[in-house]
Amino acid sequence: MIYLDNAATTLHKPPQVIEAVAEAMRSMGNASRGAHEASLSASRVVYDARCRIGELLGCPRPDHVVFTCNATEALNIAINGLFGPGDHVISTDLEHNSVLRPLYRLQAERGIEVDFMPADKMGRIDYGDLARLLRPETKAIVCTHASNLTGNMVDLARMGRFAHEHGLLLVADCSQTAGCVPIDMAALGVDVLCFTGHKGLMGPQGTGGLCIMPGVEIRPWKVGGSGVQSYSCTQPEEYPTRLEAGTHNGHGLAGLAAAAEFLLQEGVEKVHEKELALARRFYEGVRDVPGVTVYGDFSTWDRAAIVTLNIRDWDSGEISDALAEEYGIATRPGAHCAPRMHRALGTVEQGAVRFSFSYYNTAEEADEAVRAVRTLAAETAPEGEEEGPCDRNS
Amino acid sequence: MRQKQLMLVVTFHTTADAMAMEKTCREQDVPGRLIPVPRAISAGCGLAWSAPPESEELVGAAMARVGLEPEAMHRCMV
Repeated sequence: MIYLDNAATTLHKPPQVIEAVAEAMRSMGNASRGAHEASLSASRVVYDARCRIGELLGCPRPDHVVFTCNATEALNIAINGLFGPGDHVISTDLEHNSVLRPLYRLQAERGIEVDFMPADKMGRIDYGDLARLLRPETKAIVCTHASNLTGNMVDLARMGRFAHEHGLLLVADCSQTAGCVPIDMAALGVDVLCFTGHKGLMGPQGTGGLCIMPGVEIRPWKVGGSGVQSYSCTQPEEYPTRLEAGTHNGHGLAGLAAAAEFLLQEGVEKVHEKELALARRFYEGVRDVPGVTVYGDFSTWDRAAIVTLNIRDWDSGEISDALAEEYGIATRPGAHCAPRMHRALGTVEQGAVRFSFSYYNTAEEADEAVRAVRTLAAETAPEGEEEGPCDRNS
Repeated sequence: MRQKQLMLVVTFHTTADAMAMEKTCREQDVPGRLIPVPRAISAGCGLAWSAPPESEELVGAAMARVGLEPEAMHRCMV
Protein backbone atom coordinates (compact mmCIF):
# COMPACT_ATOMS: atom_id res chain seq x y z
CA MET A 1 0.00 0.00 0.00
CA ILE A 2 1.08 3.55 -0.73
CA TYR A 3 -0.05 5.42 2.35
CA LEU A 4 -0.94 9.04 1.60
CA ASP A 5 -3.32 9.71 4.49
CA ASN A 6 -0.75 11.11 6.88
CA ALA A 7 -2.91 14.12 7.76
CA ALA A 8 -5.25 11.61 9.42
CA THR A 9 -2.45 9.72 11.13
CA THR A 10 1.08 8.77 10.18
CA LEU A 11 1.17 5.03 9.54
CA HIS A 12 4.92 4.60 9.45
CA LYS A 13 6.57 5.45 12.77
CA PRO A 14 10.27 5.55 13.62
CA PRO A 15 11.24 2.11 14.95
CA GLN A 16 12.37 3.73 18.19
CA VAL A 17 8.76 4.69 18.87
CA ILE A 18 7.52 1.13 18.59
CA GLU A 19 10.39 -0.15 20.73
CA ALA A 20 9.74 2.49 23.40
CA VAL A 21 6.05 1.55 23.63
CA ALA A 22 6.86 -2.15 23.86
CA GLU A 23 9.50 -1.55 26.54
CA ALA A 24 7.10 0.66 28.49
CA MET A 25 4.46 -2.05 28.38
CA ARG A 26 6.96 -4.48 29.82
CA SER A 27 8.21 -2.25 32.61
CA MET A 28 6.11 0.79 33.45
CA GLY A 29 3.88 1.27 36.48
CA ASN A 30 1.51 4.20 36.91
CA ALA A 31 3.20 7.58 36.78
CA SER A 32 2.76 9.80 39.82
CA ARG A 33 1.24 6.99 41.85
CA GLY A 34 4.11 5.82 44.05
CA ALA A 35 7.82 5.82 44.81
CA HIS A 36 8.59 2.26 43.80
CA GLU A 37 10.77 1.74 40.75
CA ALA A 38 7.96 0.85 38.35
CA SER A 39 6.03 4.03 39.15
CA LEU A 40 9.14 6.19 39.18
CA SER A 41 10.15 4.73 35.84
CA ALA A 42 6.78 5.84 34.41
CA SER A 43 7.06 9.28 36.02
CA ARG A 44 10.52 9.70 34.50
CA VAL A 45 9.25 8.76 31.05
CA VAL A 46 6.33 11.19 31.29
CA TYR A 47 8.60 13.99 32.50
CA ASP A 48 11.07 13.20 29.74
CA ALA A 49 8.23 13.50 27.24
CA ARG A 50 7.36 16.93 28.65
CA CYS A 51 10.96 18.09 28.26
CA ARG A 52 11.30 16.88 24.67
CA ILE A 53 7.92 18.14 23.48
CA GLY A 54 8.63 21.49 25.13
CA GLU A 55 11.98 21.71 23.35
CA LEU A 56 10.44 20.74 20.03
CA LEU A 57 7.60 23.27 20.18
CA GLY A 58 9.29 26.13 22.03
CA CYS A 59 7.39 25.83 25.31
CA PRO A 60 9.63 27.47 27.91
CA ARG A 61 8.62 25.22 30.85
CA PRO A 62 8.31 21.42 30.84
CA ASP A 63 5.70 21.62 33.60
CA HIS A 64 3.54 23.69 31.24
CA VAL A 65 3.38 20.81 28.76
CA VAL A 66 0.09 19.10 29.65
CA PHE A 67 -0.74 15.70 28.21
CA THR A 68 -4.14 14.64 26.90
CA CYS A 69 -5.27 11.78 24.70
CA ASN A 70 -5.44 13.87 21.51
CA ALA A 71 -5.71 17.39 20.10
CA THR A 72 -9.49 17.37 20.41
CA GLU A 73 -9.26 16.87 24.18
CA ALA A 74 -6.56 19.55 24.36
CA LEU A 75 -8.72 22.02 22.43
CA ASN A 76 -11.76 21.24 24.58
CA ILE A 77 -9.69 21.87 27.70
CA ALA A 78 -8.37 25.16 26.34
CA ILE A 79 -11.63 26.46 24.93
CA ASN A 80 -13.81 25.42 27.87
CA GLY A 81 -11.22 26.55 30.38
CA LEU A 82 -10.58 30.01 29.00
CA PHE A 83 -13.92 31.46 27.95
CA GLY A 84 -17.07 32.42 29.82
CA PRO A 85 -20.30 34.40 29.39
CA GLY A 86 -19.81 37.67 27.55
CA ASP A 87 -16.49 36.69 25.99
CA HIS A 88 -15.99 37.09 22.26
CA VAL A 89 -13.67 34.89 20.22
CA ILE A 90 -12.33 35.29 16.69
CA SER A 91 -11.75 32.09 14.71
CA THR A 92 -11.51 31.16 11.02
CA ASP A 93 -13.27 29.18 8.33
CA LEU A 94 -10.25 26.88 8.16
CA GLU A 95 -11.05 25.15 11.42
CA HIS A 96 -11.60 21.48 12.13
CA ASN A 97 -14.64 20.40 14.14
CA SER A 98 -12.35 19.98 17.15
CA VAL A 99 -12.27 23.78 17.30
CA LEU A 100 -15.69 24.50 15.83
CA ARG A 101 -17.83 22.24 18.00
CA PRO A 102 -16.43 23.37 21.35
CA LEU A 103 -16.95 26.98 20.23
CA TYR A 104 -20.48 26.29 18.95
CA ARG A 105 -21.34 24.56 22.21
CA LEU A 106 -20.11 27.50 24.28
CA GLN A 107 -22.14 29.81 22.05
CA ALA A 108 -25.26 27.78 22.76
CA GLU A 109 -24.69 26.96 26.42
CA ARG A 110 -22.50 29.66 27.93
CA GLY A 111 -23.29 32.72 25.89
CA ILE A 112 -19.91 33.35 24.33
CA GLU A 113 -19.88 34.99 20.92
CA VAL A 114 -17.78 33.84 17.98
CA ASP A 115 -16.93 35.44 14.66
CA PHE A 116 -15.16 33.58 11.87
CA MET A 117 -12.68 35.11 9.45
CA PRO A 118 -14.10 34.02 6.10
CA ALA A 119 -12.01 32.04 3.62
CA ASP A 120 -12.10 32.65 -0.12
CA LYS A 121 -12.35 29.99 -2.84
CA MET A 122 -8.64 29.30 -2.50
CA GLY A 123 -9.02 28.75 1.23
CA ARG A 124 -7.25 31.99 2.17
CA ILE A 125 -8.20 34.32 4.98
CA ASP A 126 -7.83 38.09 4.90
CA TYR A 127 -5.84 39.24 7.93
CA GLY A 128 -7.52 42.64 7.61
CA ASP A 129 -10.64 40.95 9.00
CA LEU A 130 -9.01 40.79 12.42
CA ALA A 131 -9.45 44.53 12.95
CA ARG A 132 -12.99 44.39 11.52
CA LEU A 133 -14.04 41.62 13.91
CA LEU A 134 -12.30 42.95 17.02
CA ARG A 135 -14.62 44.03 19.85
CA PRO A 136 -13.97 45.39 23.34
CA GLU A 137 -15.03 42.01 24.76
CA THR A 138 -12.83 39.95 22.41
CA LYS A 139 -10.74 37.62 24.53
CA ALA A 140 -8.88 35.43 22.07
CA ILE A 141 -8.09 34.26 18.58
CA VAL A 142 -8.53 30.51 18.21
CA CYS A 143 -7.16 29.22 14.93
CA THR A 144 -5.48 26.36 13.17
CA HIS A 145 -1.86 26.54 12.09
CA ALA A 146 -2.69 24.76 8.83
CA SER A 147 -5.95 23.70 7.22
CA ASN A 148 -6.33 19.94 7.35
CA LEU A 149 -8.18 20.18 4.05
CA THR A 150 -6.06 22.43 1.83
CA GLY A 151 -2.75 22.53 3.71
CA ASN A 152 -2.86 26.35 3.63
CA MET A 153 -0.94 27.76 6.57
CA VAL A 154 -2.15 30.49 8.89
CA ASP A 155 0.49 33.10 9.71
CA LEU A 156 0.66 32.51 13.45
CA ALA A 157 3.29 35.19 13.96
CA ARG A 158 0.90 37.74 12.45
CA MET A 159 -1.98 36.42 14.53
CA GLY A 160 0.23 36.54 17.62
CA ARG A 161 1.28 40.14 16.99
CA PHE A 162 -2.33 41.25 16.53
CA ALA A 163 -3.46 39.30 19.58
CA HIS A 164 -0.86 40.76 21.89
CA GLU A 165 -1.24 44.31 20.55
CA HIS A 166 -4.90 44.09 21.55
CA GLY A 167 -4.59 42.16 24.80
CA LEU A 168 -5.94 38.89 23.36
CA LEU A 169 -4.80 35.31 23.80
CA LEU A 170 -3.78 33.23 20.81
CA VAL A 171 -4.85 29.58 20.97
CA ALA A 172 -3.38 27.55 18.09
CA ASP A 173 -4.48 24.16 16.82
CA CYS A 174 -1.22 22.65 15.57
CA SER A 175 -2.65 19.22 14.76
CA GLN A 176 -1.33 19.35 11.20
CA THR A 177 2.01 20.99 11.92
CA ALA A 178 3.47 19.81 15.24
CA GLY A 179 6.51 17.70 14.43
CA CYS A 180 6.55 18.38 10.70
CA VAL A 181 6.69 22.19 10.54
CA PRO A 182 9.21 24.16 12.64
CA ILE A 183 7.36 25.80 15.54
CA ASP A 184 8.58 28.07 18.33
CA MET A 185 5.45 29.02 20.23
CA ALA A 186 7.16 31.67 22.33
CA ALA A 187 8.60 33.38 19.24
CA LEU A 188 5.29 33.15 17.38
CA GLY A 189 3.31 34.65 20.26
CA VAL A 190 1.16 31.56 20.77
CA ASP A 191 -0.28 31.42 24.29
CA VAL A 192 -1.78 27.93 24.12
CA LEU A 193 -0.63 25.40 21.56
CA CYS A 194 -2.71 22.26 21.13
CA PHE A 195 -1.15 19.24 19.44
CA THR A 196 -1.74 15.62 18.68
CA GLY A 197 0.98 13.00 19.00
CA HIS A 198 0.09 10.62 16.19
CA LYS A 199 0.33 12.80 13.07
CA GLY A 200 3.45 14.82 12.28
CA LEU A 201 5.03 13.94 15.60
CA MET A 202 4.88 10.28 14.51
CA GLY A 203 4.01 9.05 17.99
CA PRO A 204 1.24 6.69 19.11
CA GLN A 205 -2.46 7.41 18.83
CA GLY A 206 -3.99 8.38 22.18
CA THR A 207 -1.34 11.02 22.85
CA GLY A 208 -1.57 14.78 22.55
CA GLY A 209 -1.57 17.83 24.72
CA LEU A 210 -1.32 21.55 25.33
CA CYS A 211 1.73 23.72 25.69
CA ILE A 212 0.86 26.73 27.82
CA MET A 213 2.83 29.93 28.20
CA PRO A 214 3.52 30.90 31.82
CA GLY A 215 0.84 33.22 33.15
CA VAL A 216 -2.01 31.81 31.08
CA GLU A 217 -4.67 30.44 33.42
CA ILE A 218 -6.92 27.62 32.16
CA ARG A 219 -9.67 26.27 34.40
CA PRO A 220 -9.67 22.47 34.61
CA TRP A 221 -12.25 20.80 32.39
CA LYS A 222 -11.95 17.46 34.17
CA VAL A 223 -10.96 16.87 37.78
CA GLY A 224 -10.05 13.75 39.69
CA GLY A 225 -7.08 11.65 40.73
CA SER A 226 -3.76 13.47 40.64
CA GLY A 227 -1.42 11.48 42.89
CA VAL A 228 -0.79 14.62 44.96
CA GLN A 229 -2.78 16.79 47.41
CA SER A 230 -5.25 13.92 47.76
CA TYR A 231 -7.20 15.35 50.72
CA SER A 232 -7.92 18.60 48.93
CA CYS A 233 -11.50 18.83 47.63
CA THR A 234 -10.30 20.64 44.54
CA GLN A 235 -7.90 19.85 41.74
CA PRO A 236 -4.33 21.06 42.44
CA GLU A 237 -3.77 24.51 40.95
CA GLU A 238 -0.30 23.90 39.60
CA TYR A 239 0.37 22.88 36.01
CA PRO A 240 0.49 20.23 34.64
CA THR A 241 -1.50 18.48 37.40
CA ARG A 242 -4.25 21.09 37.18
CA LEU A 243 -5.32 19.77 33.78
CA GLU A 244 -4.25 16.12 33.98
CA ALA A 245 -6.75 14.28 36.19
CA GLY A 246 -6.57 10.51 35.83
CA THR A 247 -3.94 8.04 34.69
CA HIS A 248 -1.81 9.11 31.74
CA ASN A 249 -1.43 7.09 28.58
CA GLY A 250 2.02 6.29 29.91
CA HIS A 251 2.81 3.66 27.31
CA GLY A 252 1.83 6.05 24.56
CA LEU A 253 3.82 8.88 26.09
CA ALA A 254 6.90 6.64 26.12
CA GLY A 255 6.43 6.37 22.36
CA LEU A 256 5.81 10.10 22.04
CA ALA A 257 9.02 10.87 23.93
CA ALA A 258 10.94 8.60 21.55
CA ALA A 259 9.26 10.24 18.56
CA ALA A 260 10.14 13.72 19.82
CA GLU A 261 13.73 12.65 20.38
CA PHE A 262 13.85 11.25 16.83
CA LEU A 263 12.60 14.58 15.46
CA LEU A 264 15.04 16.59 17.57
CA GLN A 265 17.90 14.48 16.24
CA GLU A 266 16.66 14.46 12.65
CA GLY A 267 15.63 18.12 12.62
CA VAL A 268 12.08 19.32 11.95
CA GLU A 269 13.36 21.57 9.13
CA LYS A 270 14.66 18.51 7.30
CA VAL A 271 11.38 16.65 7.84
CA HIS A 272 9.38 19.63 6.60
CA GLU A 273 11.53 20.07 3.49
CA LYS A 274 11.25 16.42 2.53
CA GLU A 275 7.48 16.29 3.01
CA LEU A 276 7.00 19.51 1.04
CA ALA A 277 9.21 18.25 -1.79
CA LEU A 278 7.00 15.17 -2.09
CA ALA A 279 3.80 17.22 -1.99
CA ARG A 280 5.21 19.57 -4.59
CA ARG A 281 6.25 16.70 -6.86
CA PHE A 282 2.72 15.34 -6.68
CA TYR A 283 1.13 18.77 -7.17
CA GLU A 284 3.25 19.54 -10.23
CA GLY A 285 2.22 16.20 -11.67
CA VAL A 286 -1.53 16.65 -11.30
CA ARG A 287 -2.17 20.40 -11.45
CA ASP A 288 -2.63 20.58 -15.24
CA VAL A 289 -4.35 17.25 -15.79
CA PRO A 290 -7.64 17.90 -17.62
CA GLY A 291 -10.58 17.35 -15.29
CA VAL A 292 -8.53 17.72 -12.10
CA THR A 293 -9.28 20.57 -9.68
CA VAL A 294 -6.72 21.18 -6.94
CA TYR A 295 -7.87 23.19 -3.90
CA GLY A 296 -5.85 25.65 -1.86
CA ASP A 297 -3.29 28.38 -2.31
CA PHE A 298 -0.22 27.06 -4.10
CA SER A 299 1.22 30.50 -4.80
CA THR A 300 3.38 29.83 -1.73
CA TRP A 301 5.08 26.67 -0.45
CA ASP A 302 4.87 27.88 3.10
CA ARG A 303 2.27 25.19 3.70
CA ALA A 304 1.56 21.74 5.06
CA ALA A 305 2.30 18.72 2.84
CA ILE A 306 -1.32 18.29 1.74
CA VAL A 307 -2.71 18.31 -1.81
CA THR A 308 -6.48 18.00 -2.10
CA LEU A 309 -8.29 17.57 -5.39
CA ASN A 310 -11.34 16.38 -7.22
CA ILE A 311 -11.70 14.73 -10.60
CA ARG A 312 -14.49 16.36 -12.56
CA ASP A 313 -17.76 16.04 -10.63
CA TRP A 314 -17.05 12.54 -9.40
CA ASP A 315 -17.89 11.68 -5.85
CA SER A 316 -14.66 12.01 -3.86
CA GLY A 317 -15.50 8.74 -2.10
CA GLU A 318 -15.62 6.88 -5.42
CA ILE A 319 -12.28 8.30 -6.50
CA SER A 320 -10.66 7.49 -3.15
CA ASP A 321 -12.08 3.97 -3.31
CA ALA A 322 -10.76 3.49 -6.84
CA LEU A 323 -7.34 4.72 -5.72
CA ALA A 324 -7.37 2.19 -2.88
CA GLU A 325 -8.81 -0.77 -4.78
CA GLU A 326 -7.15 -0.34 -8.16
CA TYR A 327 -3.86 1.30 -7.20
CA GLY A 328 -3.35 0.48 -3.53
CA ILE A 329 -3.16 4.17 -2.64
CA ALA A 330 -4.67 5.29 0.69
CA THR A 331 -6.24 8.77 0.64
CA ARG A 332 -9.03 10.50 2.52
CA PRO A 333 -12.26 11.58 0.77
CA GLY A 334 -15.33 13.33 2.14
CA ALA A 335 -15.64 16.23 4.53
CA HIS A 336 -12.50 15.88 6.69
CA CYS A 337 -14.41 17.33 9.70
CA ALA A 338 -13.93 20.76 8.12
CA PRO A 339 -17.45 21.94 7.20
CA ARG A 340 -16.75 25.66 6.94
CA MET A 341 -13.73 25.06 4.72
CA HIS A 342 -15.73 22.85 2.35
CA ARG A 343 -18.45 25.49 2.16
CA ALA A 344 -15.85 28.09 1.22
CA LEU A 345 -14.39 25.83 -1.47
CA GLY A 346 -17.84 24.86 -2.77
CA THR A 347 -17.22 21.15 -2.19
CA VAL A 348 -19.93 20.30 0.35
CA GLU A 349 -21.71 17.81 -1.92
CA GLN A 350 -18.72 16.32 -3.67
CA GLY A 351 -16.23 16.30 -0.82
CA ALA A 352 -12.60 16.16 -1.92
CA VAL A 353 -9.76 13.65 -2.10
CA ARG A 354 -6.87 14.49 0.19
CA PHE A 355 -3.32 13.29 -0.45
CA SER A 356 -1.04 13.94 2.52
CA PHE A 357 2.65 13.12 2.72
CA SER A 358 4.98 12.06 5.49
CA TYR A 359 8.71 11.78 6.09
CA TYR A 360 8.56 8.10 5.18
CA ASN A 361 6.97 8.54 1.76
CA THR A 362 9.12 8.39 -1.36
CA ALA A 363 9.32 10.18 -4.70
CA GLU A 364 8.35 6.92 -6.39
CA GLU A 365 5.16 6.80 -4.33
CA ALA A 366 4.33 10.40 -5.27
CA ASP A 367 4.91 9.54 -8.94
CA GLU A 368 2.71 6.47 -8.70
CA ALA A 369 -0.07 8.63 -7.22
CA VAL A 370 0.31 11.09 -10.11
CA ARG A 371 -0.04 8.25 -12.63
CA ALA A 372 -3.14 6.97 -10.85
CA VAL A 373 -4.80 10.42 -10.86
CA ARG A 374 -3.99 10.92 -14.56
CA THR A 375 -5.43 7.56 -15.47
CA LEU A 376 -8.60 8.08 -13.41
CA ALA A 377 -9.04 11.55 -14.94
CA ALA A 378 -8.78 10.04 -18.42
CA GLU A 379 -11.13 7.19 -17.57
CA THR A 380 -13.78 9.54 -16.19
CA ALA A 381 -13.71 11.95 -19.12
CA PRO A 382 -17.15 12.45 -20.69
CA GLU A 383 -17.79 10.72 -24.00
CA GLY A 384 -16.19 12.65 -26.84
CA GLU A 385 -13.62 14.18 -24.51
CA GLU A 386 -11.60 11.04 -23.86
CA GLU A 387 -7.90 11.56 -24.06
CA GLY A 388 -7.18 7.90 -23.70
CA PRO A 389 -5.54 6.25 -20.73
CA CYS A 390 -2.31 7.83 -19.66
CA ASP A 391 0.93 6.06 -20.21
CA ARG A 392 1.58 4.52 -16.80
CA ASN A 393 5.29 4.97 -17.33
CA SER A 394 5.09 8.62 -18.27
CA MET B 1 12.42 -2.40 59.00
CA ARG B 2 15.45 -0.23 58.58
CA GLN B 3 16.20 2.34 61.27
CA LYS B 4 14.92 5.86 60.77
CA GLN B 5 17.41 8.63 60.24
CA LEU B 6 17.18 12.38 60.32
CA MET B 7 16.92 13.51 56.70
CA LEU B 8 16.33 16.65 54.68
CA VAL B 9 12.96 16.16 52.96
CA VAL B 10 11.85 18.47 50.16
CA THR B 11 8.21 18.42 49.05
CA PHE B 12 6.76 19.65 45.76
CA HIS B 13 3.47 20.91 44.38
CA THR B 14 3.39 18.39 41.52
CA THR B 15 4.96 15.13 40.40
CA ALA B 16 6.43 17.04 37.45
CA ASP B 17 8.39 19.18 39.91
CA ALA B 18 9.53 16.08 41.78
CA MET B 19 10.77 14.53 38.54
CA ALA B 20 12.50 17.78 37.61
CA MET B 21 14.22 17.60 41.00
CA GLU B 22 15.43 14.06 40.42
CA LYS B 23 16.68 14.95 36.94
CA THR B 24 18.61 18.03 38.06
CA CYS B 25 20.08 16.29 41.14
CA ARG B 26 21.26 13.36 39.02
CA GLU B 27 22.81 15.74 36.48
CA GLN B 28 24.55 17.77 39.20
CA ASP B 29 25.57 14.78 41.29
CA VAL B 30 23.54 15.96 44.27
CA PRO B 31 22.77 13.15 46.76
CA GLY B 32 19.29 11.89 47.58
CA ARG B 33 16.35 9.97 46.17
CA LEU B 34 12.60 10.22 45.70
CA ILE B 35 10.45 8.79 48.49
CA PRO B 36 6.73 8.84 49.31
CA VAL B 37 5.89 12.01 51.25
CA PRO B 38 6.23 11.02 54.97
CA ARG B 39 3.00 11.25 56.95
CA ALA B 40 4.75 13.47 59.48
CA ILE B 41 4.82 16.12 56.75
CA SER B 42 1.57 15.58 54.92
CA ALA B 43 -1.22 13.04 54.77
CA GLY B 44 -2.05 11.71 51.34
CA CYS B 45 0.38 10.84 48.61
CA GLY B 46 3.04 12.33 46.42
CA LEU B 47 6.80 12.29 46.08
CA ALA B 48 9.48 14.03 48.12
CA TRP B 49 13.25 14.33 47.75
CA SER B 50 15.10 12.81 50.67
CA ALA B 51 18.75 13.74 51.16
CA PRO B 52 21.32 13.79 53.95
CA PRO B 53 20.77 16.87 56.16
CA GLU B 54 24.27 18.15 55.48
CA SER B 55 23.47 18.44 51.77
CA GLU B 56 20.93 21.25 52.23
CA GLU B 57 23.13 23.83 50.58
CA LEU B 58 23.82 21.59 47.59
CA VAL B 59 20.13 20.72 47.26
CA GLY B 60 19.08 24.36 47.47
CA ALA B 61 21.65 25.39 44.86
CA ALA B 62 20.56 22.62 42.51
CA MET B 63 16.95 23.81 42.69
CA ALA B 64 17.94 27.44 42.24
CA ARG B 65 19.94 26.65 39.12
CA VAL B 66 16.83 25.35 37.33
CA GLY B 67 14.31 27.71 38.96
CA LEU B 68 12.57 24.91 40.83
CA GLU B 69 10.41 26.09 43.73
CA PRO B 70 9.77 23.51 46.45
CA GLU B 71 6.54 23.36 48.38
CA ALA B 72 8.58 23.16 51.60
CA MET B 73 11.86 21.88 53.04
CA HIS B 74 11.76 19.82 56.24
CA ARG B 75 14.05 17.91 58.53
CA CYS B 76 12.46 14.78 59.84
CA MET B 77 13.05 11.14 60.71
CA VAL B 78 12.43 8.92 57.75
